[in-house]
Amino acid sequence: MTLADFLQHLLNALQWGSFYALIALGYTMVYGVLLLINFAHGDIFMVGAYAGFYVATFLLGRYAISLPLALPSGVILLLTLLGSMVLTAAVGVAIERVAYRPLRERGADRLYLVITALMIGIFLEYVNLSTLGSADRGFPQLIPKVIFTVGGVSVTNVKIVVIVLSILVMIGLELMVRRTKLGMAMRAISYDKVAVPLMGVDVNSIIVATFIIGSSLAAVAGVMFGTAYEVISFDMGVLIGWKAFICAVVGGIGEIRGAMLGGFLLAFIEIFVVALGQIPGFEWLSSTYRDLVSFTILLVLLTIRPTGIFGVARRQKV
Amino acid sequence: MRKFYLPLMVLLLFVVIIGGSWSGILNDYYQLVLLLITINIILTVSLNLINGYMGEFSVGHAGFMAVGAYAAGLLSVWLFAEDKVFGPPVLPAAWAIPLFPVILIVGAIAASLVGLLVAIPSFRTRGDYLAIITLAVNYIVKSFLENFAPGGPRGFVGMKRVMNNMADVFDAPWLLIWAFIGMIVTILVIRNFVSSTFGKGVEAIREDEIAAELMSVNTRRVKVVAFMLSCGLAGLAGGLFAHWPGGFINPSTFTILKSTEVMVMVYLGGMGSISGSIITAIGFTLLLEFLRPLGVFKWVVIPLLLVVTMLVRPSGILGNKELTDVFPRLRAVFGSEEESYAPASD
Repeated sequence: MTLADFLQHLLNALQWGSFYALIALGYTMVYGVLLLINFAHGDIFMVGAYAGFYVATFLLGRYAISLPLALPSGVILLLTLLGSMVLTAAVGVAIERVAYRPLRERGADRLYLVITALMIGIFLEYVNLSTLGSADRGFPQLIPKVIFTVGGVSVTNVKIVVIVLSILVMIGLELMVRRTKLGMAMRAISYDKVAVPLMGVDVNSIIVATFIIGSSLAAVAGVMFGTAYEVISFDMGVLIGWKAFICAVVGGIGEIRGAMLGGFLLAFIEIFVVALGQIPGFEWLSSTYRDLVSFTILLVLLTIRPTGIFGVARRQKV
Repeated sequence: MRKFYLPLMVLLLFVVIIGGSWSGILNDYYQLVLLLITINIILTVSLNLINGYMGEFSVGHAGFMAVGAYAAGLLSVWLFAEDKVFGPPVLPAAWAIPLFPVILIVGAIAASLVGLLVAIPSFRTRGDYLAIITLAVNYIVKSFLENFAPGGPRGFVGMKRVMNNMADVFDAPWLLIWAFIGMIVTILVIRNFVSSTFGKGVEAIREDEIAAELMSVNTRRVKVVAFMLSCGLAGLAGGLFAHWPGGFINPSTFTILKSTEVMVMVYLGGMGSISGSIITAIGFTLLLEFLRPLGVFKWVVIPLLLVVTMLVRPSGILGNKELTDVFPRLRAVFGSEEESYAPASD
């Protein structure tokens, strides 16, 4: 593998890892606050992509009602992102209100919440499938693709936007969690669920805020995914959602840095398993082994270090 | 006399089902639904041991089912059918009838060995991290089968020839017979396991692992046995499923969606309730069949139904109770000598 090849794969992995990390952040934030594995999150990502699709096609004037003026593509991308974030956050909060909160207030076992989350995920998928049809949709190309080639490494502007945007989002999120009052409340709740409400923190509004942030991040990932790969489908969120969940766990669930690191790590492993198969001497490593290798690494990692990379084992008092 | 009621009823059910299938009163479709019900009961009751009684969260039950299905399917085709991968049959077709349960057992053993992949990490971790290990095992099994099993992602065929050969030698609904027996064995094994002294350790681990350890429960051994038992029975269900009339198995049957289905049956029926598991396995399978005309909408309706059930009755249909706890008079029929543990409900 030449250096140029290596850098090429590295860039691809960074882009792929951005999606994983953005989705994993949603998992990890909800888990931190609620101790709930929100298995519907992969499908929230799908909702984000579809919301983005409809906002974008509306802004591009593909429907009977259209805007009186033609917007420049950069503005459309921005509006698509914002519109998708708002719509997806609304879906996320609605799920929380309708399905999770009543269960929580009743003090139902945590596992029932998880099952409900799984069901909501399947529900979202199949509502999409049955109302919008099974055909994949072509996501409109919001940024005209430009390919730059530097020293044998080619990179599209979309890829740069995806990577830069996701890194900015993650830095912003980390700052939000570390520096603002809301972030402090989130960290406090994940630390102690009993004492925090006594200190005058309204837990429910913090939970809603968490769902808003998590769902918006999934929406960003969805729109970016559509822009980068130009195809969206009703089941796009399933596998990527499960894998993002794995990223969150590998990093140490509940930890924001862990989700980012886990996302990029899994993407690197996957991309390089495929890349290695092209090198002489490694032809036996077929690209279809990708899932096998990455999940096996996960299994080994969790057996050695059961709490993930950043996770801290809470000592159990007897 | 009373203690023979239940065995007699089971025997009667067996005779009705098998007789009905044999004589053709129950057509192929009903036989298929019955087969699916028995398989789902095996899966649900076995998963209930881990998710209900032990309080762990296994989300990869379909992976073990896949191991059992492939092990049993490959073995039976190798032994008893002409196949382009394995060549001519090794043994004469007549031997298939007595050896069929052996094949199922081999599938179960293979699955229980793969269950060790989950049992060993469970010594050190539990809860969500163990959940993800089971998830990973599910994916690893699926990916492994796609890459290395004969047929690859397209699936493996040939089990139908084995069943046809068996029917040629002696015409009987062999698969349904063994599915029914497998189901009864599963229910008996799990019921006796959780009420045995050793099996009480499983519930002790659910309530408090450290306390259980202090009370001299060998938690590691209990975990290994429970996981291997549960996974092995899932493998048995897989082995039966491999010989279904459709005649093929492929890795994408055994995805996380299948695991989710089993999990839903467990939680709807109530954790730690065998009769709840049986009732929901029957009800859910029938529901899936009744909603078949809805097509894709089926999967819109079912999750909604389940979400509503969770909201109305968050502990599942039977919670931690058995049917005999809810309707004490049934004890006369089921004849349980011991009162099963029912925590004070709120």
